Amino acid sequence: MVITPILISLKTASAAIVFTFVIGTALAYAVNRAGSGHVKSAADALLTLPLVLPPTVAGFFLLYIFGVNRPLGGLLAELGMKLVFSWPATVLAAVVIALPLMYRSARAAFEQVDPMYIRAARTLGLSETQIAFKILFPLAAPGLTSGGILSFSRGLGEFGATAMIAGNIAGVSRTMPLAIYSAVSGGRMDDAYEYVLILVAVSFLFVWGISVFSQAQSGKYRLNANR
Amino acid sequence: MGLLGASGSGKSMTLQCIAGLISPDEGVICANDRTLFDSAAGINLKPQARGVGYLFQNYALFPNMTVRKNVEIAYRGEPRERDAAVNALLARYELTEQAGKYPVHLSGGQQQRAALARIFAYEPAVLLLDEPFSALDTFLRENMQAELKRIIRGYAGDVVLVTHSRDEAYKIADRLVILEAGRAVAEGKTQDVFACPQTIQAARITGCKNISRIRPTGRTTFFALDWGVELDAGAEILPAYTHAGIRAHDFVPGDFMPRGERGGGDGGERGGAIGGEYGGNCFSIEIEDVIRGQFEKSVIFRVPREAGQPSGHSGQPCAAGAESPGRMWWITDRRTGGAGGAGSEAEAEAVFGVNADLDPIRSLYVAPGDIMLLRG
Repeated sequence: MVITPILISLKTASAAIVFTFVIGTALAYAVNRAGSGHVKSAADALLTLPLVLPPTVAGFFLLYIFGVNRPLGGLLAELGMKLVFSWPATVLAAVVIALPLMYRSARAAFEQVDPMYIRAARTLGLSETQIAFKILFPLAAPGLTSGGILSFSRGLGEFGATAMIAGNIAGVSRTMPLAIYSAVSGGRMDDAYEYVLILVAVSFLFVWGISVFSQAQSGKYRLNANR
Repeated sequence: MGLLGASGSGKSMTLQCIAGLISPDEGVICANDRTLFDSAAGINLKPQARGVGYLFQNYALFPNMTVRKNVEIAYRGEPRERDAAVNALLARYELTEQAGKYPVHLSGGQQQRAALARIFAYEPAVLLLDEPFSALDTFLRENMQAELKRIIRGYAGDVVLVTHSRDEAYKIADRLVILEAGRAVAEGKTQDVFACPQTIQAARITGCKNISRIRPTGRTTFFALDWGVELDAGAEILPAYTHAGIRAHDFVPGDFMPRGERGGGDGGERGGAIGGEYGGNCFSIEIEDVIRGQFEKSVIFRVPREAGQPSGHSGQPCAAGAESPGRMWWITDRRTGGAGGAGSEAEAEAVFGVNADLDPIRSLYVAPGDIMLLRG
């Protein structure tokens, strides 16, 4: 077994979660503040698409936008940044695929915050920025965190879109899921076993971590019978 | 100032408009010569710019902050004086020991004090109180009412109290506006509004239990269609008045009046007002039910009517009025049963006709001045 896919996967998921978390939270915040219900539903539908479509479709669109023969991809290539079939492309794929999870978690987390606190803060003269960072985000923290963990795990397991836009280049863009695919198609079942075990173990740890964390959080500002 | 109204009458909505949490469709909101909202001029200040303190029903203390942080975050004064100012506020509201606690660990009264400390840290020009006692239990409520009254007295700005409790409004507000279905149906000094509610809705909301349609029979007398009795209002009955109201506390048992002043015998004149020096406002009753409270008794009664009996003043038959006279309420002291009359429990029983040995109450009297004429 070669260890590089594990490192690449962790690197990709770690880099991706930074973008996913910030962009997903910001989008959810913006959509939550949008007054009209139509805007909200339209944004929800659009931002959930990558979750319901096959990842290959997302990969196709990414290729369509960032391919070297395309305006944007061409421009980036002129600037010396060839995105397609490179490590950054694995991050891009993971962000696009995991974004809906983060967005939806953050939206739900914001909606759960009692609007009374926001109103109270406004009548006390707090600016909207202060309200966001001192009241809304802290009160939505449990939901935001579990959304983050979920998105990280999803990024770790990303396969389809990554294969489309980043390829399967050993040592560059071969993440664990791609390594498993390559091992199986090359008949190296023992290697595949090991990757699978590692991926299952890591993913389990993170998802288990969510429930432990969210249970601990739920009692934080509330009176808890168990304490 | 108090805003009194049933739930759904637009009280909280009014407060939220003043605070800028919601925008009215049209109109003008001014506070202390400052225009907060004017739909025609396109003025709509943000809540942050209005300087309006809002005490929420559940106090809305930020659960992720300690009491001290909650107060600190609203502080708008000189940053160097912040700690001293916050300490002073915490001390004034007896929260020094609770400063490091989170709101969930505070009692209802402490939460309310913390919310007030936070509002005063912000130094608002107007203070809005949204049902401030509804989240407290009865015992705490009375203490907090006294405390809030003291706080309001020491506060220079305007205070608007929203409540559905006439008791709270009466205790705390100097001026009162009564809201019904989004409209002000009465306003004025609190005592005046309670004494002369002017409209049926206002009478009902200020706790008038007996309201009847009327038909004038003289300059100051009228026949109450729903009670089947003719009464003297002691004031000219203008055409605008379509109803009359009598508060349940305003009846006096006719039997307790000195014999000589009582107009005639009880039994003989059933079926209408009993004439005499009391302007015909003494009438015989038939008790239907008695509800005993801790401090008072509610007596539910009717004015019995025998068809064809003439009523006190005009000689018109009562049958011309209500087909079946409606129930009326008389609320009286629990022990005495009368207004300062009998004292013992046994006598009180007698008042309601339980003990046949003593004379049961058969008639009630209402002073002309206690009858409220109402517009429809």
